[in-house]
Formats: sequence, C-alpha cells, structure tokens
Amino acid sequence: MSAKPLPRMQFMLCAGTGCIASGSLDLKTAMERELKKRNLQDEAVVVMTGCNGFCAMGPIMAVYPDGIFYNQVKPEHAPLIVEEHVLKGRVVPQLLFKEEGKDQIPLMKDIGFFGLQRVIVLRNRGLIDAESIDDYIARDGYAALGKVLQEMSPEDVIEEIKKSGLRGRGGGGFPTGLKWEECRKYSSFPKYTVCNGDEGDPGAFMDRSVMEGDPHSVLEGMAISGYAIGAEKGFIYVRAEYPLAIARLQKAIDDAKDYGLLGANILDKGFDFDIEIYPGAGAFVCGESTALMYSIEGKRGMPRIKPPRSAEAGLWNQPTNLNNVETFANINPIILNGSDWFSSIGTEGSKGTKVFALTGAVTNVGLVEVPMGTSLKQLIFDIGGGIPKKRKFKAAQMGGPSGGCIPADMVDVAIDYESLIEAGAMMGSGGVVVMDNSTCMVDTARFFVDFCVDESCGKCIPCREGLKVMLEKLTDIVEGRGEEGDVEFLMELGQHINDTSHCGLGKSAASPVLSTIRYFRHEYDAHIREKHCPALVCPSLIDFVVMEEKCKKCGLCYRNCPSDAIIWEKKQVARIDTTKCTRCRTCIQNCKFGAIR
Amino acid sequence: MKERDDILKRKVQKVEVVPPEELAKLDEIIDRYEGRPSYLIPALKDAQEMFGYLPMEVQRKLASGLNIPSSHVYGVVTFYSFFTIEPRGRHTLRLCLGTACYVKGSKDILDIIVKEVGINVGETSEDGRFSLEAVRCLGACGLAPVMLIGEDTHGNMDPKDTTKILEGYQ
Repeated sequence: MSAKPLPRMQFMLCAGTGCIASGSLDLKTAMERELKKRNLQDEAVVVMTGCNGFCAMGPIMAVYPDGIFYNQVKPEHAPLIVEEHVLKGRVVPQLLFKEEGKDQIPLMKDIGFFGLQRVIVLRNRGLIDAESIDDYIARDGYAALGKVLQEMSPEDVIEEIKKSGLRGRGGGGFPTGLKWEECRKYSSFPKYTVCNGDEGDPGAFMDRSVMEGDPHSVLEGMAISGYAIGAEKGFIYVRAEYPLAIARLQKAIDDAKDYGLLGANILDKGFDFDIEIYPGAGAFVCGESTALMYSIEGKRGMPRIKPPRSAEAGLWNQPTNLNNVETFANINPIILNGSDWFSSIGTEGSKGTKVFALTGAVTNVGLVEVPMGTSLKQLIFDIGGGIPKKRKFKAAQMGGPSGGCIPADMVDVAIDYESLIEAGAMMGSGGVVVMDNSTCMVDTARFFVDFCVDESCGKCIPCREGLKVMLEKLTDIVEGRGEEGDVEFLMELGQHINDTSHCGLGKSAASPVLSTIRYFRHEYDAHIREKHCPALVCPSLIDFVVMEEKCKKCGLCYRNCPSDAIIWEKKQVARIDTTKCTRCRTCIQNCKFGAIR
Repeated sequence: MKERDDILKRKVQKVEVVPPEELAKLDEIIDRYEGRPSYLIPALKDAQEMFGYLPMEVQRKLASGLNIPSSHVYGVVTFYSFFTIEPRGRHTLRLCLGTACYVKGSKDILDIIVKEVGINVGETSEDGRFSLEAVRCLGACGLAPVMLIGEDTHGNMDPKDTTKILEGYQ
C-alpha cells in the first residue's frame, strides 16, 4: 500500500478519436500543469478514458465523485476549472451542457443523451482509463473468464449463450450460441476465433469506440469463445483507418499476457489462448466473413460461395468462429449476470441492447446504447434531441450501404432485427444517419450505389456490372436526363442484383435504391417529369430563380454569393444573373426563407 | 481506343527506377516476414512506409523474397485502397465522403478542393504538394464533415474555411 492519500476528485477526460481531434490531449497537459502549479496534483487527477460517444460536443470531461459534465472544454479553460471547481467547489456554468432554448444541465445522468440509455456493451465508458488493465479488472473485468475456466464446461458456456438469445451485432443477426455450437462440433484442429473489427459501414463507429475505450472486454469475450469452441488462437481484424484502436488493443494484449490472462495455461487451468491483431488495408468487402479470412491469409479479400460455412472451413480451411466486436463485448455481462437477466431485456426475437451511431442532421450526434425494441422516435427525438435548425425530419438511413431509408411517417417503428427488415431497412452494424428536408433522396440513393460500385470486389457479374448500370441511370436522373420508365427499370435491375449476387454486399447493394423508391417515389418522379429537385440539392435541376413572394429582401444571398451573380439593393427583391451563376448553391444554403428555387 | 491507349501509356510510365542500394533496405522487411506468406499485407505496409509508395521493383523484390508470385503481390496491392503504385504528394488530403459527412455537405468541400488544387480524387498535384483521396468514413462522424491532412484531423469543417486550411500546408 502506498502512503499517498487517494485523490478526492477525478477528471475523466475523453480520449477517443473524436475528442483527441478536438484537442483533449492539450487539455490534459493544461489541466495537469494547472493542478501542479497550485500543488493540487495529489488532490485531483486527470484520467484519460475511452470514447464517451458524445463526440460532437468534445472535448468532454466528467468530474467525479459528483458527476458534473463539462463539454467543449478548451485548454485555456483549465485555470478556471481548477480555480472554481477544485478550489472553491463551484461548478463552471459556461462549460455545462445546454440544449437550444433550454436550461443548462450540470449532472451527466440528467442529460437526455446519457440518461435514457441502458449500457451493457458500453458499461465502462467514461469510467475507466482505457489503457489500464487494473481499471478493467476493478469493474469485474476477466471475472467472467475466471468463472468460465473455474466452473463451466465448454458446453455449459455455449448453452448459456444460446439461452441468452444473443444475436450477432455485425449485421446478419445470426444467433451467437448456435454459431459457437456449430464450430465446436468439428474435430479438426487448430481452430480459430476471429473478431471482425473491419467496421466499414459509413456512419457507424461503435466498434471503434469499444476497441479504443474498452479493449479488454473484446479480448475477454474472444478468450471465452476460444474456450467454448476449442480454439487456442484468435485474430482481431481491424481496419487501417483506426490506428488508435490498433494501438490500444496491442497494449491490452501485452498487459493481459503479463497478467497471465492470455497466453499459455491461463489462470493455471490448462487453457492456452493467444490473440494477434491483423490490420486491414482498406477494403469495405473485407467485412464479409469469407473475404476477411482471405485477407488474413494475405490474399485479396474476395468472398467465396458458402457452404462450407466458416465454422467448418474458415481460416486456412480450419474451423473458424467469427463474431463482431460488439458481440464479444456482450459476453462478459452475460456470463456474470446469467442468461435470464440478458434475455429479460429487449423484445421477443431480439434480446439485449444495441449500440447505435446517431449521425447526420440530429442535434446530439453520438453513440447511444438502448434496449432492443426502442422506437426510432425515442432514439432520434428523446436521446438525439431532434432535428437542428428548425428543419423537419425526413428519413433515417439505417444499416449503411446495405440498409434502407425509413421515412418520417414510420418513425414509431420499433428497432429490432425483424421490424427493420419488414420496413425495408436492416439493423446492419447500427449506423443511423438522420436526414432532414434539405436531403435529396435520389441523390442519397446515388451516393450509396456509387459507394458499392467502388467497393465491389468484382468477382460476380450482377454486383460488378449491374451496379454500374444502376449508377449510370441514377446519374442521368439527378442530372436531368431521366426518362419515363427509368424507375421501373431500376426496380427490376435492383431486384435482380439482390437476388443473384454472390455475397452479402451485392445481395443488399440495391436496397438503398429500392427503399427510397418505395417511400419517396414522388421525388424520383419530380426529377424525371418536372426536371426539378424538390430538396434543391441536384444543381442541374434547380432553376436558380428568386420567388418574389417569399423574398424578404434581406440581402443574405447577395453578401454570400462567391461569383457576384446576385443583383440586390436595399428593400429590393434579389435577382440572380444566370450568366454569372455557377450553380454552387451557396445562396440556397444561406436563404432563411426558402425563397430560391 | 483512345481510352485504351491512355491506359497503356500510364502503365509504361509506372516503370521507375529505384536505386539498388535503396532496394536493399527491403531485405530487413523480407527477413522479418520470411516463410510467412500470410503476412504479405503487413509486409507491404512496411514497404510503403519506407518508400512512400510501392513501385514495381519493390513489389517484385518482395515477391521473390517472400516466395510469392509477383502477380499475386500486384493483385493484392491493387485490391486494397491503402496501397499506391504511384508516388504521393507531400500532404495527403483524405476527405471523408461517408454518409454522415456527405449529408453534412462534404461534397461542397470536395468541389472547392478540386477547384483550388486542380486535382481530382486519386491524383497528385504537379508540384507534388497534395494528393487527394476520398475515404469512406473515418469513424469520426461526430465531427462531420471531416478531413485528414497527413495525421491532422480537421473536423466540423465549413466549406468557406477550406482554402485557409489548405494554405497551412505548403
């Protein structure tokens, strides 16, 4: 025991990718310098935590034991915080969280964004030093691994996971327990367990947050799955765009080996398990299980036909179990609290919680974890704080490039695997991109097809060629060359691509188009028949004319136009000189009255 | 036909000479991964870090050192977007065109960069100052729209500030 008294105050400063980009490392230095200057370094400490998920308000800092939450803290605020909060015991009002038109909220738990969540996967967020194995152990970390090795047979573990109803969090939603059982069945050795950290869906970053903020929870889940299926080796495939996640995972692996929690003869129970990180090199399709395994083998990541499933012939043709980061992070609480506890959360078919990345046109951008069955409305309006700039909610895109759009009138849909598929979207990895009325759905559909054309591996024809044709057609429509019958053609071709492609990427690549046609057919028709983009996004389909009855003669468009194309004088309606106009849409973005069409 | 000729011409230009003493540096990487063909991707990453890009000679030498067909190496290099066969500029602009950034207007930023720097996605400016890449989600959606310049992250970007930010990188 050290003679030093424990500090009475902890500043839990977020050190996720988002907050580091907003300057949290400089803030740490400034805080420590300030504490030292006043000889308070033993009274208060600054702890670097993993991602808190509230990236838009970063850098964020929670102060314990009282639970005060500060956001958008800059290094120059450090003297103020130390003076007021540490010395005088007063909260610094200007750094508190505040929603537009509402009062400041000092306590973290009272903020809707945090208070309405139920955290299982993100149980340690903001509470532990992401790089400290001791902090993880203090929060029941590796207790599940100990319990499993001490008291449970591999069959018991599989039974427990099966009973919990946990389903894969990477997209497909396949029951995890069944996957493990299948893999255990095969008697060929060696076996492998692989963690899929190739989080490619644009607009999803929950796996990054878990790998950066709580890396040991992934390692522990992998070790337990290795014990259950009979594997002695695990791989974590992490995408190249996540350098911080790779660094933190590596440190976690090294620490766990030092503690005897990974490596040979773990906890003296005769179980050997080792984990290696394999960084990806930038290919979306490597999120597909067979492609990912080829990539680990040092080959091009091209999916192959199943069966045989990976459980039978995966990495180097050996039995391989593959789960997502979030799935592994669920294992520790299930083992410790029991399957009954886990299955009491969520809906009939979807148990537990799910982490969503709430992004786009929503006030509180960030990561949220809610029980399955929570409605989209609660997610966007109660937790997300609604749509900023007084705009209207138009649609939510769920499930990344493979998912679909859910329109505003279906906002009450409950979020679970089945309801989302019924609505034409899918759970995917959990990205929710909120769109307001300034988003053009045809342009969005084109964006996703463009993405899939880029990322198609080129192995099968429907995906490689079919998507290109779809992209050409959609480009024609947004550039004003659309013709009658194009929509029917897109629907037919999209259905063909979904039916005949080889892997998950192709099978769902046309979904964004099909779902936007299903719910926003009128926008396609406006583009094709009226040659007009209702959301004023597609430059070729905007008239660039000021509507006299709506113009308030404020001159904002005139002041912001980069090409001097607006003719305006005080108390006069503005006009646009189309010979000078470059169709950049700056005037439309700046007009507060929607007077330009 | 013209398109085909252009492609052929580009291919011919790609043959560049790396001095033998430079190539010898690869031995260290080959020693590290020898006999483990599944480590081709990490080996290529190390090589790219060393040379800045992966010219044909480097690929061939790695292939023979690791005992892998050079066609296989070329296949892997061209499959993954992280690898490049052509030299890059001093600063690599990685503009995120993921969904969250796209919805928040990263395309407007792209248009400005294309206009200001005069290069398209995947190209390098003639003075060797910038290379432009469009990436699909950096996982920093809370800061959308986001651009990486080298290792620096620029979040919550306003299209108007783009020019000023670029000026900081000479």
